[in-house]
Amino acid sequence: MSYIGKPKVTHPGIRRNKLGLTPRDYEGTVSTLCAGCGHDSVTAAIIQAVFELDIEPHMLAKMSGIGCSSKTPAYFVSQSHGFNSVHGRMPSVTTGANAANRDLTYIGVSGDGDSLSIGVGQFVHAIRRNLNMCYIIENNGVYGLTKGQFSASADIGSKPKKGEPNRQEPIDPVSTALSLGASYIARSFSGDKEQLVPLIQGALKHPGFALVDVISPCVTFNDHEGSTKSYKHTRQFYHHVVDMDYIPPAKEIRAAYDEGDAMPVELHDGSRIVLRKVDKSYDPTSRAKAFKYLREQFNAGEITTGLLYLDEERPEMHELMGNTDTPLSKLPYESLHPGAEELRKILSGYA
Amino acid sequence: MGKTNDVVIKIATVNGTGSASANGLLRKAIFRMGVPVVGKNYFPSNIQGLPTWYEIRVTGDGYQARSDRLDIMVAMNAQTYAQDLAEVSPGGWLIYDSTWPRSKLLDRDDISVFGVPLSRMCNENFDGARARILMKNIAYVGVVAALLDLDLDIITTLLEETFGDKRQLIDSNMQAIRLGYDYAHAHFSCPLPMRVEALDKTRGHIVIDGNTAAGLGCMYAGATVGAWYPITPSTSLMDSFHAFCRKYRVEPETGKRTFCVIQAEDELAAIGMVLGASWNGARAFTPTSGPGISLMSEFLGLAYYAEIPAVVFDVQRTGPSTGMPTRTQQSDILSCAYASHGDTKHVLLFPADPGECFSMAVQSFDFAERLQTPVLVLSDLDIGMNDWMIPAFEWDDGYVPDRGKVLGAEDLEKMEKFYRYLDVDGDGIPYRTLPGVHPKGSYFTRGSGHTKYGNYTEDASAYQDVVDRLLVKWETARGLLPKADIRYSRFNSAAVLTVGSGNAACVEALDRLAAQDVNLNYCRVRAFPFGDDVREFIAKHDVVYIVEQNRDAQLRTLLMLDIDAEPAKLVSLLHYNGIPLNAGFVVDGVLDAIQRGQAA
Ligand SMILES: Cc1ncc(C[n+]2csc(CCOP(=O)(O)OP(=O)(O)O)c2C)c(N)n1
Ligand code: SF4
Ligand SMILES: [Mg+2]
Repeated sequence: MSYIGKPKVTHPGIRRNKLGLTPRDYEGTVSTLCAGCGHDSVTAAIIQAVFELDIEPHMLAKMSGIGCSSKTPAYFVSQSHGFNSVHGRMPSVTTGANAANRDLTYIGVSGDGDSLSIGVGQFVHAIRRNLNMCYIIENNGVYGLTKGQFSASADIGSKPKKGEPNRQEPIDPVSTALSLGASYIARSFSGDKEQLVPLIQGALKHPGFALVDVISPCVTFNDHEGSTKSYKHTRQFYHHVVDMDYIPPAKEIRAAYDEGDAMPVELHDGSRIVLRKVDKSYDPTSRAKAFKYLREQFNAGEITTGLLYLDEERPEMHELMGNTDTPLSKLPYESLHPGAEELRKILSGYA
Repeated sequence: MGKTNDVVIKIATVNGTGSASANGLLRKAIFRMGVPVVGKNYFPSNIQGLPTWYEIRVTGDGYQARSDRLDIMVAMNAQTYAQDLAEVSPGGWLIYDSTWPRSKLLDRDDISVFGVPLSRMCNENFDGARARILMKNIAYVGVVAALLDLDLDIITTLLEETFGDKRQLIDSNMQAIRLGYDYAHAHFSCPLPMRVEALDKTRGHIVIDGNTAAGLGCMYAGATVGAWYPITPSTSLMDSFHAFCRKYRVEPETGKRTFCVIQAEDELAAIGMVLGASWNGARAFTPTSGPGISLMSEFLGLAYYAEIPAVVFDVQRTGPSTGMPTRTQQSDILSCAYASHGDTKHVLLFPADPGECFSMAVQSFDFAERLQTPVLVLSDLDIGMNDWMIPAFEWDDGYVPDRGKVLGAEDLEKMEKFYRYLDVDGDGIPYRTLPGVHPKGSYFTRGSGHTKYGNYTEDASAYQDVVDRLLVKWETARGLLPKADIRYSRFNSAAVLTVGSGNAACVEALDRLAAQDVNLNYCRVRAFPFGDDVREFIAKHDVVYIVEQNRDAQLRTLLMLDIDAEPAKLVSLLHYNGIPLNAGFVVDGVLDAIQRGQAA
């Protein structure tokens, strides 16, 4: 196995973003995942999303837990700091990191085991704090890295390669996040880059907790007949209800949208998210209606995808706490203590 | 038996009845008379309605430990009369509320029992059930004041300081105190022979608990992120930090905060947050107690191996498991030293009193950032939640935080390439970078096997390279950490060695032993890994009595593991019933050992 970066050959005419960087500048080390693993497609989508958003690599922080999915931050943007923490605990590390420096863009990559089994507590509480981050779950219904045991997102009746079908209720990250009040909730499929890239971009830009649940098949342990997280099954049953486009600041809305179906939402930096309803009956701003719709589709065996819920108003963690705009890690030490004379005064209260 | 300025008073009440302020008033009045005083809480793991005690030791000699005597018991809780009566030392006194006479129940012929009709007097003088209960709990202050000859003017001043311009409260409190005071004078011969006589020994001193001091230290150290999950007896540490921050960490122009206190969902999350924040360049900490340490273990191992600074305060309580949450012990020494799986070990600091809680809180951040590793500050309930009289600690405005080896944008710009885990300086401490500074500084933090360049590895020698270099860092830590407190009285072949809150009782015990012509040298360790001073100290003696507050001789074990101390000469004196150590235990233990011929 080699961990040497790919040779960076630049071709004339290659695409450059506003920073003058090419997509290659957003790559990482060579993936060591199984050929065909859904996670690699998500990595590619992340690279494209970050490149197109003109994010300075060193202003991005890549966070993860443990699992095949959690390895992937090594495979994108090698000029960013990465933090591969412990199993299921990425949210707390990101919470602390964000508390210390609110100026960075945080992308967390997790697995269904990492976020819904061992780490469900931290996942839930990061949502509750409305931690400002893009939280991607690469959801394959199994623990890939420990060789294919069911995770908490396995569907009832889903068959493993060996052994008995799953009989327990799955934990659906989307409806869980919806019930907890997450402010940006999306679902997509690793095989649908066109839908996925803008969803990740919106999530990176959204000021608060943004969940992107990506069905990302495990070709080695959960891609067989009878699995509900296989490529085949996902392709057959997934459908878009709300697609979205991310439109950077000062850029015109070019695409033609059908009146009544398009819903532009302006973000704090002047960029916009345009929601395109594929199913006109769907309302991505109502938690109750979204929940009902998702549940009905789920019961019918359908996989609903798109930007499923959005609330740009909810204050994120720092705002909720009333914290200063300056990253706490950058405050000058002199401003952090009141000095010797004041200590004397404080202590005189103990005499 | 007590004598002038050497008196121990214990007040038995029911928790949740407001007796804490009355007890504080007594303790402060004695302190303001210039007489050294110690206050210890004995309280249940319960919010209301169970027995609770407060013990005030008046100690003209300035000792800080709990006493092994009890001169005056103020028995305000009928539930515990039998136990309270039994506890009084021969020749002592017991005061109780004789509104309901209990002469049969409270009968001991070697002590004096004083009945004061506190409830009756308060019912006659105050209106309303609540006021009557509160005032009854203030009236005993008057009784004790009369018996010990406390200065009523000082008590009045203290009430004025507490209640400010609420004149009516001051007056009613004073009225209740007067009721007790006058009754005692009318019925008993006041003051007792063991009275309090003004001295000038508390000037420049304060009375404070360790958690308040540690929280204050974190604020002065420039900590900006604190994450925690509530647990007795550490909760008041974060309360202290939070309160000081709300006062001193609010931007005047914007009203916005320059600190972030996060109540985590559990201790796993609390330490995760600390690591995330420290990795990102903030000074971050978490206070906890034993059960929290158990939960934090996995993350502590990651911090050790990935070399992330972290500050953890473990205010130890009685284990195992939930144990006795409101009792003290030093039983997390080993679990903190080696928290987490694999070859992991952590730097520990051992404060002995609130003054060191303050100074070590500041130092802990310096060490954590210098050494890029977790530093665990091992306090305990006795230090953290009891009232200690100590010299007022000072702040040096010239203090510059040691942020350790952190490369800035300019350093990185000049570098060909940055490698995270190279031992450039030969001290085992690599350089680190912070996110958001420079693209050249990027690296991948991981708890999986890595090379000195920071890359993932499963290669045998590349792996071993890094874990061996961590041992070089360990030795650097050994030389950097605070030296032990070592005292030689004269040439002795035997010594006492202790840690943390054991200090107070040991220092007093050494004086008492010396008075019996048993002279011992003394060593109080302040940090782990132990320095050469500790190694040499042990080597110089034939017998070293290791005094610690746990059942399994954890400090002794650690001395054997870390510096190969010779087991045969390490004689354990173990105190682990949850009550703070006293000098008598140490004196008896040493004399007993000598008698058994263990002293060479
Ligand atoms: C505390 C702990 N327990 C167990 C493991 C073993 N383990 C590693 S990855 C993993 C499951 C990962 O599943 P998931 O998050 O779904 O990621 P995937 O590999 O499927 O992408 C487990 C159980 C571990 N690393 N740490
Ligand atoms: S085991 Fe599954 S999840 Fe892991 S890399 Fe292979 S295909 Fe992907
Ligand atoms: Mg998985």
